[in-house]
This record gives sequence, structure tokens and C-alpha cells, in this order.
Amino acid sequence: MSDGERAGSPAPAPADDARSRTGPPVVEATGIVKRFGPTVALDGARITIMPGETHALVGRNGAGKSTLVSVLTGLQAPDAGTVTLGGSPAPRLTDPDAWRRRVACVYQKSTIIPTLTVAENLFLNRHDHGRGRLISWQGVRRRARDLLSAWSVDIDPQAPAGDLSVEQRQFVEIARALSFGARFIILDEPTAQLDGAAIGRLFDRVRDLQRQGVTFLFISHHLQEVYEICDMVTVFRDARHVMTAPVDKLPRAELVAAMTGEAAADRRRERSTTLDNAAAAALSVRALGSEGAYRDVTFQVGAGEIVGLAGAASSGRTEVAETVVGLRAAQVGEVEIAGRRPRPGSVPAALAAGAGFVPQDRHHQGLVPQMSVADNATLSVAHRLGRNGFLGRDRRDRLADDMIERLAIKTPGPELPVSALSGGNQQKVVMARALADDPRLLVLINPTAGVDVRSKEFLLDKVEETAGTGTGVLIASDELDDLRMCDRVLVMFQGRVTSETARGWHDHELVAAMEGVDLHA
Amino acid sequence: MPETVLADPAAPAAEPGPRRTALLGGRIPLARLRDLALVPAIVVIAVVGQIVNPVFLQADNLINVLQTMSEMALLVLAEAMVLIVKKMDLSLESTMGLAPGIAAWLVVPAGAGHGLGLVPGGWSIPLTLAVGALVGLVNALLIIRFGLNGFIVTLGMLIVLRGILTGISGGQTFFRLPQSMLYLGTAEWFGVPASIWICLALFAAAVVVLGWTSFGRSLYAVGGNVDAAKAAGIRTDRVLWIVIVTGSVLAALAGLMLSGRLASVASAQGNGYIFTVFAAAVIGGISLSGGKGTMFGAFCGVLLLFMIQNVLTLAGVPAQWIGALNGLIILIALAISRITGGKVQE
Repeated sequence: MSDGERAGSPAPAPADDARSRTGPPVVEATGIVKRFGPTVALDGARITIMPGETHALVGRNGAGKSTLVSVLTGLQAPDAGTVTLGGSPAPRLTDPDAWRRRVACVYQKSTIIPTLTVAENLFLNRHDHGRGRLISWQGVRRRARDLLSAWSVDIDPQAPAGDLSVEQRQFVEIARALSFGARFIILDEPTAQLDGAAIGRLFDRVRDLQRQGVTFLFISHHLQEVYEICDMVTVFRDARHVMTAPVDKLPRAELVAAMTGEAAADRRRERSTTLDNAAAAALSVRALGSEGAYRDVTFQVGAGEIVGLAGAASSGRTEVAETVVGLRAAQVGEVEIAGRRPRPGSVPAALAAGAGFVPQDRHHQGLVPQMSVADNATLSVAHRLGRNGFLGRDRRDRLADDMIERLAIKTPGPELPVSALSGGNQQKVVMARALADDPRLLVLINPTAGVDVRSKEFLLDKVEETAGTGTGVLIASDELDDLRMCDRVLVMFQGRVTSETARGWHDHELVAAMEGVDLHA
Repeated sequence: MPETVLADPAAPAAEPGPRRTALLGGRIPLARLRDLALVPAIVVIAVVGQIVNPVFLQADNLINVLQTMSEMALLVLAEAMVLIVKKMDLSLESTMGLAPGIAAWLVVPAGAGHGLGLVPGGWSIPLTLAVGALVGLVNALLIIRFGLNGFIVTLGMLIVLRGILTGISGGQTFFRLPQSMLYLGTAEWFGVPASIWICLALFAAAVVVLGWTSFGRSLYAVGGNVDAAKAAGIRTDRVLWIVIVTGSVLAALAGLMLSGRLASVASAQGNGYIFTVFAAAVIGGISLSGGKGTMFGAFCGVLLLFMIQNVLTLAGVPAQWIGALNGLIILIALAISRITGGKVQE
């Protein structure tokens, strides 16, 4: 354990010359080829990252980003090609310690052990030892406190790691990586589970560390974020390197084109409203309130209308949407779906009243990962699969095939476990289920989170198409792209609906409203 | 593992680090006090016991309670370790019977029951422990090396081992055990039965190992998030092998102590113990989903169960009702620990 003690003392580099791009590249990978059986995950891919820069790696699902990360972090050896770290050849795979001193990755899936304290997580398997070779908890705590304060991470080292927010857990993982001596950190979609304010804090931290000489590789689906924080961007497509360019000289449309391989419009085309005033409202919410979440929420969604419910993460937008579909019950007020009032807090009742919904977290509430695509897609429509509680297998497969076609789900067949699909296709399965029963009201919560550009377009097109058939749509999201096609956007702030904007808003107006800032003050 | 990691983006993420609740100027974090959650319950039971029957708090009775629980306590110790690494071992109760059973079979002279009398009596203790280790190795091989489901593997082993014991004993009880097998169950050290000393010493050792050594902490890491443990450089498979084999050896030792105390090995020795073992571990705060719980808590769990049983006996509850009450006690104790521990049990 003695070598762990040496590695533990953090020493931030002086801030002055850190951003001068001198010295050998932090990482240089060339001609990387990696095959998994018949599929080629990387085909002569390359990337060069200079010290002190924040480098973005973008590409659609399946472009080879994750494989590159596992090659760069020493989890997998490339079949061909060379990797150099800081000018010297990469260590052997059998020497994980050497890798850890050079590079670290903060994955979407946390590598923090929730049942242990923050301090212990930081120094797991390299505790301080005191008398009699027993662990000195005092030493561990002190070292953890030193480490966290050296990188100005404001987290109590004695807190159980399970109590941390996603954001704090990321900071802990970053601090741990730094304590090994690594000054090159890969962030794998770090913002996927964060709300706007937390993303802001994460970016502040990244900029801070960048000034202290830490180099980042930033992987994201959100091009907005790339423009906000990155210096350079590398685009992968179909397992190959497509381009590397400075971010500030690259127009968005060109970046999207590089990712998708075709010129795609950056902005969605304008749609004309499909609101049908003659038909009964798809949803009316009256004076809805719930302690600590939202209060006095009243709005309507007409048939064929698309209404956005925008707001920051703690604004109550998700809670309102979940109340509408019966995932929670409100304390006061009522929800009326297509003229019927389902029993509050009952999902089956909401579905029976004509609601279909995409829950906010597909891993958590959306899918049963080991069940097949067909089973997942038809989970909520068992009544259409057969009589008296028995399921008709043929009928299910027919229905599933139909959905797979309608939503262009890329799967070899309906029998595939849904966990084998890419993020975008998984979300399509969730969407397929929401649409399975031809709902009168479609409720979507963060429908495009963790979904690649192309699938996103597709899903949103599908929503428009559904609205065209007279279904009312409610989208609860803070993702501007999701909200762009809405006929109206209601903005929630601290549990209240504070403003309503018709289509044609400007990004900064809506963002300001969500953050509770008044631009005209 | 509870992937609560996919955190709810709606959760207010803005506040700074969770506030530390602590006593004594921050030296003892409140989280540590959760280990002591059962202590008030134990005190209450002691007071109730004293009111029910003044015999309760007398040294003889307390020693009696501790000695009766000592074998079960070793099984709880073993199971707690296995649960902390997020595995399960149901076969402990059969190991507890089979290990001394095999020793008795080989040692007890022919002619008396089913004994073979092949080896001298002095071999009985090493034999018992070796059988325990062997069972552990088989379990570990099937679970870790071959990746079979631990619950089913050890369920199968539970039945197989019980069957072997019934087979070699012909369903009978081994009597006339050699002196060495009786020693641990009958000897007294400083006026207190040896089995109590052994039980307390092993728990003390376990508290230190699990709380203050890198190996001990790696148990929690493996149980909490095995990928993270691997990433931290812990040899996770080796930890699992050690834990499973040690658990079985402890079960064999418990069997030895019980056989010594009863001066016999019944073919049903240990039968049905595993339910109480699991109950005691969970009451003591060991999480069935791994990575959580302390040895001190586990000890309190088993102590609480046996104290309640003792109080019931002293209160003159008819023997026919003890079984039903035991089940009820487990449920009540679980409810109490849910209230004092404050967390949903997994």
C-alpha cells in the first residue's frame, strides 16, 4: 500500500502556462482498428489531443466513441494502430496502475461504491495504514479532505457516497482520477443526467481544472455543450475519423453534416398547427397542487395541439407530467384526460382514459432490459394481445413487427432483448409503447435524453405526426430542441407556471424564463 | 446492485454536500451510530426479562444464553461476510452438520452405530475443518469459477450435504465421540465456556478485519460495486474465494462446538438453522443486496434474537408455542430494526 500513499498527494500545476499548447500531445492514437467478431468498431480511427485543451468527441450512436474510450483508457487493446500517451508508448494492458497515472474516464455508469463514504471511495484499496498495519481512518479522512480541498470540491469526505447527487459523484470521480496523478480525463456524456444548473457548475469546474493544467476529452450528444466548453472537436462516423477542427471556426450545420454524413438542417422546419378547436380538449389540468413540488397549475392541451412544459430540473415540470399520467397523485386539483377523470395516482386508469406516455428515465421506468423488444413494446397493451389474461404470441409479434416498422427501430427481430439496442432505438421502443394504443393524449418526459441526433429528429417527427392525427401532446423537457415544435410552451419556475410563449420564441428568452431571469428588467 | 445511480434529474442537485450529522464534535459520524441501533432494543429486552423473571440477569442465565447462541452466532458471522460480498450461502447449516459428521464417522469405533473407526480420535478436529474447507471450495468453484447462481448452488449443496450426512449415518446419531471433539463444547476457560470465548474472539477479530484492514474493506467494495472494486485494483475473485471458504470453515467450527456440547452428531444437526441465521443477519443490519452492514451489528442481531427467546422461556411459554413465537419474534425484530435503522431493508 505504500505506493498508494505516494500517489495521493494532489499537486495542482501552476495556473499560468497551463493553456499554452506545448509539449507532446497528451494522447495520440493513429490507425486504430478494433473488431468485435464481424463488426468493425474502429476502422483506422485517429485522434490527437494537445495538453490543456478540452477536446470534444462527437458522433452518432455506434460511431465508435465508446470503443475509442476503452482503447484510450487501457481496457482493450486495439487490433492494429498505436497509442502514445504524453509522448511515450502506452503501457501494457496488464499494468492498470500505469494507465491510471496517465488517463481516467468518468463513465455515465458510476464507479463509486454507494455504501462506502466519499473518503473511502477516494482511497479504496490504498488506505493509510497506522499502527499494527491497521487502517488509520483519521489518515484516510485527512487525505480525502486535502484532496477535495486542493481541487476545491465542496463535498464532505465522510458523507456516504450513496447520498451524493450525480454531479457530486462526478466531482468525486474526477478528484480520484487526479489523485492517481492523471492529468487527462475523459468525460463520457457527463451531462446526460444533469439539469441546466448542474451542467453549468460542471462546466465551471472543467474550466477551473483546465486552467490548472488538466486536459479533457468530452463526449456528448449535445452540440450546444460542445460549443460552450470545447476548444477542438473530433467527429467520428461509422467507425472512422471524419474531421478534427477548432470549435470556434466550425459552423453548426457543418458539424451536424459531418456527424450524419449529409447536410441536415440545424433548425427544424416550421410546422403549422394541427390544433383542432372543435374537438374536446385532450387534457385539462385545473388548480393542481402538491406539497413541495408544484402548486396552482392550470392548463389545457387541445386535440392535435403540442404543448411544451419547460423548466429547470427542480421546477416541478416532471412532477406535473407524472401526475397527469398517474405516476403520482396531486393533493389538490384535478386532471381530465379526453373528457374523463381517471383516478388520481393510478397509471392504469390514466392509460384507460386515453393517455400514452414516455417516462423520464427509460432505464428506470421505461424498459425491462432483459425482455424482448416485442414484450417491451406491448407491455401496456396486454388487453389487445388476447382474451382473459392469456397472451397471444402471434398477435404480439404481429403488433410488435408493426411498431418496429412504424418507428423504424433497428433490430434484427422482435425477439432481441431490448438491452441490446442502442440508446436511440431503446427510446423508440418506449415511444412505440406510448403510441401502441392510439392515445388521445401523449405525455413525453425528456423524450430525447441520451439519444443521437438522427433518432432525435425521427422521434420528434413522430410526435408531430401523432399530433396530426388529433392527439394532444404534452412535452415536459428542458431541451430546447424538444420544445421547438410546440404550439405553446408553458414555463415552470419553482413549482408554478410563470409564463407562456407561443411558437417563435428565441432560445435566450426561454432559457431565461426557465432560470427565472427577467431579460427586460 | 441498486442502480440508484441513474439518478433522478428532478432531484434537487443544487445543494452542497450532504450535511454531516455528527456527535462529539464530529468525531463520531451519525452513520456509525447506526451500528448501535439494536443496543437500545437489547437493553429494553434485558429490563423486560428482569421484570418477567429475576433469574434473567444472573450470570448463569446470561452465560447460558451466550453459550446457546455461540454456534448460531458463528454461522451468522459466516453468513454476514458472504452477504457483504453480495453472495449467499444457504449450505452453511448442512456444512455445520456434515463436517463433524464425517469426522465422527471416520473416528467413532466400528460396531457402535455407523462409525468406521478408521482414524484415531486426535484427527477429528482437523478433519472437521478440512471438510468445511472442502465444501467451501466446491461452492466457490461452482459460483465464482463457473459463474453459477449462488443461491441455487448453495441450495443444491444444502440438500446434497444433508443427504450425505443422512447416508453415512444411516439416519442415526453418532455417539461416543472422541475426547478431542467434546473439548470445544464442554471446556471452560476462566470459568466461562470455551465456545463463548471462541465466539466473542472471532467476532472481535471480524470487527477489526472488516473495519480496519484493506482486505476487510475490499469485502464492502466487492459487495457494493464489483466493477468499481476491480477498477480500484482489488482482486475481486480472490476476495470471494476467501470469503466463501472461510464461511464454510466457520460453519464447520460451529458444528464442532455444537457436537461437543451435545456429545453427539445427529443426522439433522443444523437442520433449519439457516432461516434464523438470515433473520439475525438482516436484523443486525446486514443488507441482502451487499456492501452494507457491520459485524458488531450482526452480533447484536443474533444476541437480540436469543435474548428474546430466553425471556419467553423464562416467562413459561409452553414449548409447543415456541416455534410460532420464534417466527413472530423474527418479524417483530425486523420491524424494530427497520424503525431504529430508519432505512428500507433490501
